[in-house]
Amino acid sequence: MYNGWKILLGLIIFLAVATFPFYSNIGKATVKPEPKIDTPVINELKEKKCVESKEFMKAEHMQLLNDWRDSAVRDGNRIYVAQDGEKYTISLQNTCMKCHSNKKEFCDKCHNYAGAKPYCWDCHIAPKEAKK
Amino acid sequence: MINRRDFLKIAGVSIMSGLGSVSALNVIKDNILEASEYLPPSGAITAKRWGMVIDVSKFKTDENFKKVIDACHRIHNVPDLGNPKDEIKWIWTDTFKHTFPGQETEHMPEALEHKPFVLLCNHCENPPCVRVCPTKATFKTKEGITQMDYHRCIGCRFCMAACPFGARSFNWKDPQHFIKEENKEYPTRTKGVVEKCNFCIERLAKGLMPACVEVSNGAIVFGDMNDPNSDVRKILSSHYAIRRKNELGTRPSVYYIIGGNENA
Amino acid sequence: MLEKALSGSKKYWLWMTFLLVLIGIGVISYLYQFRVGLGITGMSRDVSWGFYIGQFTFLVGVAASAVMIVLPYYLHNYKQFGKITILGEFLAIPSVMMCLLFIFVDMGQPMRILNVLLHPTPNSILFWDAMVLNGYLVLNLIVGWTVLGADRKGFPPPKWIKPFIYLSIVWAPSIHIVTAFLYAGLPGRHFWLSAIMAARFLASAFSSGPALLIILALIIRKVTKFDPGKEAIQALGKIVTYFMIANVLFLGFEFFTAFYSNIPGHMHPFQYLYSGLEGHEKLVPMMWISSILAIVALGLLIFPRIRRNETLLAIACVAVFLSLWIDKGFGLIIGGFVPNPFEKVTEYWPTLPETLIVLGVWAIGFLILTALYKIAVTVREETAGVELEH
Repeated sequence: MYNGWKILLGLIIFLAVATFPFYSNIGKATVKPEPKIDTPVINELKEKKCVESKEFMKAEHMQLLNDWRDSAVRDGNRIYVAQDGEKYTISLQNTCMKCHSNKKEFCDKCHNYAGAKPYCWDCHIAPKEAKK
Repeated sequence: MINRRDFLKIAGVSIMSGLGSVSALNVIKDNILEASEYLPPSGAITAKRWGMVIDVSKFKTDENFKKVIDACHRIHNVPDLGNPKDEIKWIWTDTFKHTFPGQETEHMPEALEHKPFVLLCNHCENPPCVRVCPTKATFKTKEGITQMDYHRCIGCRFCMAACPFGARSFNWKDPQHFIKEENKEYPTRTKGVVEKCNFCIERLAKGLMPACVEVSNGAIVFGDMNDPNSDVRKILSSHYAIRRKNELGTRPSVYYIIGGNENA
Repeated sequence: MLEKALSGSKKYWLWMTFLLVLIGIGVISYLYQFRVGLGITGMSRDVSWGFYIGQFTFLVGVAASAVMIVLPYYLHNYKQFGKITILGEFLAIPSVMMCLLFIFVDMGQPMRILNVLLHPTPNSILFWDAMVLNGYLVLNLIVGWTVLGADRKGFPPPKWIKPFIYLSIVWAPSIHIVTAFLYAGLPGRHFWLSAIMAARFLASAFSSGPALLIILALIIRKVTKFDPGKEAIQALGKIVTYFMIANVLFLGFEFFTAFYSNIPGHMHPFQYLYSGLEGHEKLVPMMWISSILAIVALGLLIFPRIRRNETLLAIACVAVFLSLWIDKGFGLIIGGFVPNPFEKVTEYWPTLPETLIVLGVWAIGFLILTALYKIAVTVREETAGVELEH
């Protein structure tokens, strides 16, 4: 083969790079994340529900947060009327995180698992939590 | 037999239609929550065009200025980087000569010459910063506030070059390390974005006056410039007030009553 | 044709390795800036643009070299430029790429760069600048590559390329005009608020771009078997001469307006740059070097007999290039920010990491330029002696 060893070396390097995500994760525990909602505020709620259904929030919270952001910052519409007619003040720090005061056990659990790094916390201040 | 050219054509068309249907699906998905809606806050104070009148004579001691600046910078998590190069400020003071360049005269009252003036974003009616922003990160609200969307700012600093009032600061470093005590109700900013005074838009939404107005003991008056019966308009119709760099045509919404002998 | 950039002499690879080292240092410095923020530069609240935007502004000018060859060749049928249109087009490509890179490294939030396209804002000149620069890049890529590809096979270029060539000629001035408009439309920046700004940009572009091209053509003749042609170089020399005269005149007009009107705001930036203001004079030596180089260049260029000596022409071109590099890459940007809107003076000087990033971007530009020129020259060497009708 013409330049045989160069081609083989190239192929080996390519395979090593391409399969990096797989072997770098070998042996690492990958337990399904279970975000916790046992904060004092949520525990006190009679009916434990978020602004929208759990299924919707699980799948679409990022889109909802984007819409909230644009509505409050750009249009000045700071009230969100949910599907069930309930009204909420649009605020990550003052609405979302008042209930979900456990960012580490709630937000970070899934985000870390999924490798998602939202830039929310570059500016928004997370509630104080006991260090674990 | 299919030749290479035809194969590529068919492959291209299939990919395009595939992409098209994905984006069509996205549009459908966006409308899942048909019943939800967005409303303006109840209990907010509103105006057609917010404006401000600063009565310079009512600022008497250094303490008066400090109170105003601290109130603003504390509630908005404005960092103190401790050097003029990286400085971030929403409201600050300077002398007559630097506040109104070109307006100083040779024999003006000495008291006026050395007196500090309060400076902040002018929330111009015709703002150059909004005109130049390539992403609409800086924009005018329908109430006349020159507002910033820090999520969208790309940090090109065109607005800083365009603002003739030096009202804009850039986050040269991560500001979170330089905030003395955080106000947990309000966000901070991130490195790489521009920031400035927002006329306390978040307080107006709750029915509160801007922080500087509240602690100014009546030295700063805030109101609707388009309402002839507002406090600001009443003051302007009975006192001669000036604006910074009026000749540039940006139409600032912040007026200064310089006063006469009472300043001396 | 790309494979032609992958085989070369030892010197070629030594040069490329040297550039790669500079790029590496630049990338490391940029990662540092990316992590810490633009605070690692010398820029401040008062001088909020600096070395990066200066280099961008200067390089928009260099990109103009292409049109100064393409226009006489295609519109006036000036045959001497036939062999070197490709050099102009291939110089425009890395120049525009460097422009875009300099804007990128100047951004506070580079990851959000696509916001410019996601939220298109026609009232922002920066939006238009992004459009015209990318357009010019694409045009030169298409034209340069197609024409060279046809030459290599011994065919005249395909007919469909002609409209692109004419479009690129019309398009070229737009990159300077729009870039000048970034500055010339801002209220309260006296130094920039000048209707002659766009004209100055065109004049300095059409002198600095061809000046660099002459230097490159002389280097190519020395290190390769390809001769860009004595007549072509002389014709470029004339272009540099006329536009450099216009450029110096335009600067003189700015001085006249500022100082005869005697308006303080208009005089201050000039005073700061050329004699210092309130004891601040960091840029004064640079600006005087620029002025002296401009005079030397004109002295050498204006007299045809001197200009015809290629060594002296090369010296003149180096002088033009450096003079305008200082004038546009430094003075023009910093002068707009000094004094600041409060009529106070804050000085600026780039820091070490900032300078390394600038060097890194230049090295990327020269790497692309070298590779492209290698391809072009190799093709030309192969087809030497074959005259083609374009």
